[in-house]
Amino acid sequence: MSVTSIVVDDVSKQFSLQYHRTLKKMIMAKMRRQQISDTFMALENVSFEVPQGQSIGLMGLNGSGKSTLLKLISGVMKPDSGQVLTRGRVSGLIATGAGFHQQLTGRENIYMNAAILGMSEAETNEKFDDIAAFADVGRFLDTPVGNYSSGMFARLGFSVAVHVDCDIFVADEVLAVGDRPFKRKCIARMQEIRESGITMFYVSHSAGSVRRMCDRVIVLEKGRVGYDGPVDQGIRYLHYDGSDEGEPDAEEALDEELASDI
Amino acid sequence: MTTSSVAERHDLEHVPLTSPASTSGLLEVFRKRYLLRLMVRREIQARYARSFFGLAWSYINPTVRFFTFYFVFGIVLGRGGNLENFAIHLFAGMVMVHYFTETVTSGTRSLLSNKGVVQKMAMPRELFPFASMLVSLYHTLPQVLILSTACLVAGWHPDLVGFAAAGLGFLIMMLFGTSLGLMFSVFNVIMRDFGRITQTFINMIPFMVPMMYPYSLIESKFGGGWVHTIVMANPVAEAVLLMQRCFWWTTTEESYAESFPDDLWQRGAIMAAVGIVLLFVAQRVFSRLEGRVPELIT
Ligand SMILES: Nc1ncnc2c1ncn2[C@@H]1O[C@H](COP(=O)(O)OP(=O)(O)OP(=O)(O)O)[C@@H](O)[C@H]1O
Ligand SMILES: [Mg+2]
Repeated sequence: MSVTSIVVDDVSKQFSLQYHRTLKKMIMAKMRRQQISDTFMALENVSFEVPQGQSIGLMGLNGSGKSTLLKLISGVMKPDSGQVLTRGRVSGLIATGAGFHQQLTGRENIYMNAAILGMSEAETNEKFDDIAAFADVGRFLDTPVGNYSSGMFARLGFSVAVHVDCDIFVADEVLAVGDRPFKRKCIARMQEIRESGITMFYVSHSAGSVRRMCDRVIVLEKGRVGYDGPVDQGIRYLHYDGSDEGEPDAEEALDEELASDI
Repeated sequence: MTTSSVAERHDLEHVPLTSPASTSGLLEVFRKRYLLRLMVRREIQARYARSFFGLAWSYINPTVRFFTFYFVFGIVLGRGGNLENFAIHLFAGMVMVHYFTETVTSGTRSLLSNKGVVQKMAMPRELFPFASMLVSLYHTLPQVLILSTACLVAGWHPDLVGFAAAGLGFLIMMLFGTSLGLMFSVFNVIMRDFGRITQTFINMIPFMVPMMYPYSLIESKFGGGWVHTIVMANPVAEAVLLMQRCFWWTTTEESYAESFPDDLWQRGAIMAAVGIVLLFVAQRVFSRLEGRVPELIT
């Protein structure tokens, strides 16, 4: 009965690793017969479908293409081949920290970011206090975000993203730089988002939060889908549950604790 | 929890599956007016943010340039000697040239200087160069006011035909400026020194349009020849003449036949038509290349 929310059909994304970005350097390299650019497959023949309301945990090692996949789903990038289709409005945060203007204040950035995510002026005015309260950056709200700490930066970005009335929510390592109280707030909020029937695409390296938050795990391995299925098996597939290591991961222990005390 | 709770999802069956990256190109400019307004306001603030004189820079530069040109061409070379109200002749042209060059230079930089947003947010990226064009237009308005005041002091007999000419001139500059800004913004991401290359050409423009010297000079020296054809093929030259028709000519007793080409209006109409075609081409070029912008802009 639930409709398809995201279709990723045989998607590949290739990056060109360009060594020289100015004319002079390119000509010099040509004369020395050096290579000007090289290509790199960040995603290769990735296919899956997500029904509305499902919550996906996207996992994989560093550089496996998770953030790239989120950029395709949110429409920042286009695939080279294959197609990505989404239903409804997409909101969220890609690769810790939002797209902010360094010189603008937190307040101005909230308005700008909300407008880019498709919110009207009235909608933003109405939700502004909630957004500011959630980000909780205090007096810094009226100073340029260039002066923010990385945690504050991420908080503000997350706070806007999470207040947009969306149908698909993408979250990329949102908990990485936040402090304990903020992590707790984020998890609670994402739990709400999930329960309200929004499709969620959640990138994380921590098995604990994925276990708590997701219905399904997709594991990327060097740009290919290595695993797609139930959560527990997925985590076992990654050996992230610490079963074959002597000691449990410290970060993971913290995460479990965090997850359990909400 | 102090925050409002998340609304329940409604049925999405009637919402189609679409590509999240698809946009309708430059038409989005009209659909996203609120966002465009925010961007324009931001750029007006940011263009001279943190500099001591702030916004004054956008007037100090043209003023200094005006007096330099006036001194060199009006007084030293005596170009203005036989030309009534040379200062207005010059300034009317400079307003147009300044509008065009500002549009192209800031448009060329527009994607790179919005890196943070371009990398992480999905949006019609045509908005960036377009907003630059509007910001330049905003800075042109006070200059037009100063120009009008100068005209009034010199004894102005404005006419509707003149205003239509200035309007057509601005339209031509808007079309060409936006087109070049669109294309150059992407080129500048692909090749970082593209901005400098355009700057070189842009520095030539003030000397290639009839504002420091009268049009009659080009006409008498090169009339009918290929040099005349080339000089007049420059849309900025056409716009400058239209601007002078509105502001300068109406303050003087100069003969129309000598001050302007006979086919001033036909040329203007053709330029506008070419500008529209160029805008379509620029939009095509932009949408072809802009897909790779977020990955190249790091
Ligand atoms: N703009 C770019 N140009 C060239 N290569 C890129 C670009 N963006 C990403 N890559 C490469 O693509 C690969 C995948 O990057 P991606 O950011 O998607 O990884 P990830 O799975 O999110 O990693 P992490 O866990 O570290 O966040 C990496 O090897 C990266 O170097
Ligand atoms: Mg990543």
